[in-house]
Amino acid sequence: MFKILKKKQLNENVVLFEIQAPFIAAKAEAGQFIIFRVDEFGERIPLTISDYDRQAGTITIVVQTVGASTLKLVKLGVGDCISDVAGPLGVATEYEDGIKKVAVVGGGVGCAIAYPQAKKLFNMGVDVDIIAGFRNKDIVILEDEMKAVSNNLYICTDDGSYGSKGFVTDKLKELIESGNKYDEVVAIGPVVMMKFVSRTTEPYGIKTLVSLNPIMIDGTGMCGGCRVTVGGKIRYACVDGPDFDGHQVDFDELMKRNSTYKEQEAEHICRLTGGKRNG
Amino acid sequence: MADMTLTKTPIAEQKPQERIRNFKEVTLGYTAQEAMKEAARCLNCKNKPCTTGCPVNVRIPEFIAKVAEGKFEEAYDIIKSTNALPAVCGRVCPQENQCEGKCVRGIKGEPVGIGRLERFCADYMMDKQKSAERPEPNGHKVAVVGAGPSSLTAAGDLAKQGYEVTIYEAFHTAGGVLMYGIPEFRLPKEIVKKEIKALEDIGVKIMTNMVIGKVLSVDELIEMGNEAVFIGSGAGLPRFMGIEGESLIGVYSANEYLTRINLMKAYKDGYDTPLLKSKSVAVVGGGNVAMDSARSAKRMGAENVYVVYRRSMDELPARKEEVHHAIEEGIEFHVLNNPVRIIGDENDRVSELEVVSMELGEPDESGRRSPIEIKGSEHTIKVDTVIMAIGTSPNPLIKKTTPGLEVNKRGCLVVDEAHSTTKEGVYAGGDAVTGAATVILAMGAGKSAAAQIDKFIKNKNAK
Repeated sequence: MFKILKKKQLNENVVLFEIQAPFIAAKAEAGQFIIFRVDEFGERIPLTISDYDRQAGTITIVVQTVGASTLKLVKLGVGDCISDVAGPLGVATEYEDGIKKVAVVGGGVGCAIAYPQAKKLFNMGVDVDIIAGFRNKDIVILEDEMKAVSNNLYICTDDGSYGSKGFVTDKLKELIESGNKYDEVVAIGPVVMMKFVSRTTEPYGIKTLVSLNPIMIDGTGMCGGCRVTVGGKIRYACVDGPDFDGHQVDFDELMKRNSTYKEQEAEHICRLTGGKRNG
Repeated sequence: MADMTLTKTPIAEQKPQERIRNFKEVTLGYTAQEAMKEAARCLNCKNKPCTTGCPVNVRIPEFIAKVAEGKFEEAYDIIKSTNALPAVCGRVCPQENQCEGKCVRGIKGEPVGIGRLERFCADYMMDKQKSAERPEPNGHKVAVVGAGPSSLTAAGDLAKQGYEVTIYEAFHTAGGVLMYGIPEFRLPKEIVKKEIKALEDIGVKIMTNMVIGKVLSVDELIEMGNEAVFIGSGAGLPRFMGIEGESLIGVYSANEYLTRINLMKAYKDGYDTPLLKSKSVAVVGGGNVAMDSARSAKRMGAENVYVVYRRSMDELPARKEEVHHAIEEGIEFHVLNNPVRIIGDENDRVSELEVVSMELGEPDESGRRSPIEIKGSEHTIKVDTVIMAIGTSPNPLIKKTTPGLEVNKRGCLVVDEAHSTTKEGVYAGGDAVTGAATVILAMGAGKSAAAQIDKFIKNKNAK
């Protein structure tokens, strides 16, 4: 059992949890994830490790309510326990030596995953520009945290209610065109956003790292449910990734595969919110 | 005088039309009278060929003699002295190639139903067992990686000798393939849980959610004071064919399909893990995993389930009983067919499987007749789901994170005859060494590795 030590609502749909998990906290690195199962009836769902404290033996996860399992998770409070948390899984993000300037692009709740990357790079002495995109002002998260680990933080909202109006890709393009020489771009967020960030950087030949989020079960390489096509080859995101070269990823296939259980998921949420559930 | 009936005492089974609508166990087991009747067929041979055919050397004629007398508890104790998981083995062992394959009664007529009798004893004692006493600790620690059959056996044997044994399991539940792979209708999970509980009662500690190679390395397990490590991490990495269309929606590895059903209980109401609804399913492969997948798909409501296998019915590697059960349940066999491509509809869901017909050529070096494509014989089968059950290989995670651990070209850990890996104090057994094999072979390896670990630690400390 994994005890929840801290819970913080970041916006209406996004919750931050600090969880007691000393074994995971001892090993976690930016880019890695955990698989959780809320209770005996729960499914196994992957979530990126957003932060960790080795001394305190805690890890931080940031959850957006998108379906039944995340709904069940955010209903838990401080002192409650999550039945299972396995990790740290996946390969930690690797950066080449000598990189000087990086743009970290986060979309929505993806900013919570982009944050540890920015923090790691910033602490390595790299110049970090963060471009964080949200639909509107109300759902902006982690602004102070991101500001603290970047040289420049650019917030974009789709409706212009905060920061600059437009998509992260507009801002990224503008920054590149105005002479910012990025050695690498790191994009984390919805698949469609990562796809368009990759498309934006491709003509400039800027290496672009994306953190993929396919459907997973075990997260240890034993089922292949998370397979993605990268550079024409099948790779398992849970053991070979979750980071891949954005210019090599088949994003359209990933979006299709992520919709596999759309019907069942919709049915499930109805059942859950309807209050009828066994066990 | 032995009962000279040529056939086994029949065993009760759920009727096919009923059982394809549930996940309850198909074979219902012997009654005490039936067990005693079957036990009376044993000739109690002096040279005991059956025992040599058993990878954990259960003293078969001895326990059967007790069953014949109605002394079931004594029979159980004899089995349990060499076999940690009798309720499992009695159900899932391919007895036709092992104990029963060597039975003298099998020369003329059917062999003694050894598996059924073992299962009877284990089931009879299941709720009558008083929990075993904890052995006196001997002050030495051993770590076991994985909680499948080889690990459970090794852990049980070591714990009985007083070792402080901790099993590290990646999943949230111990049991390995017994929990995620073999379906409920062949091996009820309650039984596996009880067998595991019996191990915990004698002091085996099980830590779940521990992915060794990630959360702790093998070297760290040694630094933590474990004098030896047993790696029984299995062969869980699924193979795909590498054909067009394998990323379509509706293509599963058998591991994923069975894990969703068995471990995550997608077949039961109230559990959150989803599974695609399928009307027509093609299962590619011919082993037990293929049979389990096909029979599960039927129970999940698929109208048509096809087993697509590139050799003929005679070469199917699955247990005979499972093939027989599958046929009874209406699974159709498309043998001598090999998939070449999976075709999708406008939503990228599987719509057809294209296969090519095969013919069998001359036997190869291993004695198996290799299948050869018949040119121009491509045709399609209408399906909405394809399950790949063409084998698995060991997961590279532990090897990648453990310096000094060698693997062969198939990714299997290299061990010597004493089950020792290329790293001192680190032993391995089961599918991690052999590649995908059987539960009982894994248990046999776990058993003999435990004996070697005991010897290694005693020698080391004697110096």
